[in-house]
Amino acid sequence: MEYFLQQLINGLALGSIYGLVAIGYTMVYGIIGMINFAHGDIFMVGAFIALLAFLILVAIGVTAIPLALFLVLLIAMVLTSLYGWAVERIAYRPLRGSFRLAPLISAIGMSIVLQNYVQLAQGARVKTLPPLVTGVHTILDLGNRLVVQISNIQILIIATTFALMTGFSWLVASTSLGRDMRACEQDLKMAALLGVDTNKTISLTFLIGAALASVAGIMYLLYYGVIDFHIGFVAGVKAFTAAVLGGIGSLPGAMLGGLLIGLIETYWSAYFSVQYKDVAAFSILIVVLIFMPTGILGRPEVEKV
Amino acid sequence: MSASSAGKSSVVMHALKDALIAGIVAFGLFVLLLGFLADDTLGKLRPLPRPVLLAAAVGIVFVGRFLISLIYYNAAALRVLLGELFVAAFALAKRFRFVLLALMIVLAFVWIYRVPDDWPLVATIIITILFAVWLGLTPALLALAVLFPVAFYSNPYYLGIAIIILTYVMLGWGLNIVVGLAGLLDLGYVAFYAVGAYSYAIIAQAYGWSFWVCLPLAGLFAAFFGVLLGFPVLRLRGDYLAIVTLAFGEIVRIVLLNWISLTNGPNGIGSIPRASFFGIPFTADDDGFAARFGFEFDPTHRTVFLFYLILALALITNWVTIRLRKLPVGRAWEALREDEIAVRSLGINPTNTKLTAFAIGAMFGGFAGAFFATRQGFISPDSFTFPESALILAIVVLGGMGSQIGVAIAAIVMTASFELFREFEQFRLVIFGFAMVGIMIWRPRGLISSREPSVYLKERKTISAEHVAEGHG
Repeated sequence: MEYFLQQLINGLALGSIYGLVAIGYTMVYGIIGMINFAHGDIFMVGAFIALLAFLILVAIGVTAIPLALFLVLLIAMVLTSLYGWAVERIAYRPLRGSFRLAPLISAIGMSIVLQNYVQLAQGARVKTLPPLVTGVHTILDLGNRLVVQISNIQILIIATTFALMTGFSWLVASTSLGRDMRACEQDLKMAALLGVDTNKTISLTFLIGAALASVAGIMYLLYYGVIDFHIGFVAGVKAFTAAVLGGIGSLPGAMLGGLLIGLIETYWSAYFSVQYKDVAAFSILIVVLIFMPTGILGRPEVEKV
Repeated sequence: MSASSAGKSSVVMHALKDALIAGIVAFGLFVLLLGFLADDTLGKLRPLPRPVLLAAAVGIVFVGRFLISLIYYNAAALRVLLGELFVAAFALAKRFRFVLLALMIVLAFVWIYRVPDDWPLVATIIITILFAVWLGLTPALLALAVLFPVAFYSNPYYLGIAIIILTYVMLGWGLNIVVGLAGLLDLGYVAFYAVGAYSYAIIAQAYGWSFWVCLPLAGLFAAFFGVLLGFPVLRLRGDYLAIVTLAFGEIVRIVLLNWISLTNGPNGIGSIPRASFFGIPFTADDDGFAARFGFEFDPTHRTVFLFYLILALALITNWVTIRLRKLPVGRAWEALREDEIAVRSLGINPTNTKLTAFAIGAMFGGFAGAFFATRQGFISPDSFTFPESALILAIVVLGGMGSQIGVAIAAIVMTASFELFREFEQFRLVIFGFAMVGIMIWRPRGLISSREPSVYLKERKTISAEHVAEGHG
């Protein structure tokens, strides 16, 4: 029982990270109908930028952890969103109106570029950051050393995700940018005719998606303390799985899917085998796409001639 | 007069403004990742500033963007100039082709006179050029392929590279059936390659059967896996299908990594039986290939044999593809690629049609895998990662989806340049990624964008790129 609850907390923390990345997939898919394959690598770039920002802040003497964390969050979000923007500008915008698979192939190219660029710039070896946020709270004590604990970092991850999700939902629901985004999602051409600057809206979508992915990257860095240039690939596929599971195009769906994938992966590792945890996530992707292609909260898509 | 000079200066100002913005963005992009290195040589991570690298990168972007903008704003003039130059050069070469030929033959004689040992190489080059001038590109490439071992017999390194290139040509042709003809984007093609390689290695080791028995089995196994994956997922739309095949490829790799009792896990399978000359091994013994046929033993014999083996396999792939295009199933593939709804309303079962493309593509992947296993003698899951799939896909896309000769040229260009720039390991991959993006932007139909029609009335006309619409999935 206590093991089950403990894994529930671990799964929620992991799922929050996936959920933040999944939002980027689902937003982009919703608006321009493409799978932004490079999004996982944007997440990885975010983690690396956060790591370097941390190191520089420590080197110049900012050692108060909350202040440093806040600054890192700011720097990483700004710089990573620049990557999101640049990727869209270089690799996707010229392809609007091209044949359907062109953006996907271009995105694969961009993903290869980002991975190898980071490997060139920072080396292939893993980077290990000592834990910055420490401390655990016991939330359930059954005696006999059977305890359920939640660590500060897990609280931080879940709280940040919750705050970002609230803010983001507000942005989509009640700002003019959010209205433009929803208009573009429904009908890009019509939105353009009605005076929405679609290119700008799409750019901003990529920007926001990248900023959220960078937060996920920071959380990943703090949670695991180990990153390398390769983390984006698997995390990206899992986050995409989460987006599909929740119903691609749906924002609450992405978060729900992320949490579910995090939980499934954690329980799978806990009760079955750690080696095959990625197989579990990938199999879910296949099964969901076959039997429930619209996901849990998605709308069915009608194919028109 | 003043208007044109004002126009010119505004062009420069415009380009400068563009370059400045690009430089600022580049600074933002590179300031942390290139400007600092998270150095851990002292056991503890610390930031190591690299201002020179950062300045160089930003400078390159600034200057590059400036030049591109300058060219872009003068694009029309420049394009006309380049086009005229190209056309003029081509016309000149065509007019004096006999002079060029004579010159070439003289050069060849001089070369052979200076280095007599090089005569097979010189002869190969001359024959290839003759073929290219009089018969066209395809026969020339074929002649080059057949003569290649003769020309480079004394240089096994080049033979080895040629074998790798041909392996990729074959993989490209195999994937071309799936992506180019049927219009299904397959990001997990390497899984079938892996299945072929592992089934060859395991069967050959466990039962000691010869290569020629195991090869069809490896193909069958791969095709079986193709059906296994294809059956449930082929109902999916284009990009979903792509992601599912990607997931499948990863699943196969992870299973290969962890099913230690069968695949020996990350350590891979070693000492896989080598291919024999239809039962005669390439050894220095009395019943080896050299002794039986009265040659002096030379390890290059095996390499040459492997070269012709993969050449034959690749050509079979090509031949089968060309034949299939003319059969009803091949026509159904291409029709499916163009418009699935129309095909369905004509009474063709799209799932079965796609499944055949998937299975046949997978089978050729399996053959290539078996060849890979017997050539390497050692296989491990490291050889079957996603970037490998991306490379094969890039070959198909770059060559022009559906075009056989285009895929072959792309495989040659890609693999050869990968070998040439081997020292720049990651750098070449960055360029490779950008090349994929660039091809999609400038030539989304690939290098060879025109298609030979498979059905025609009276005369065969080449279809220009505008009329073919691959990959609507």
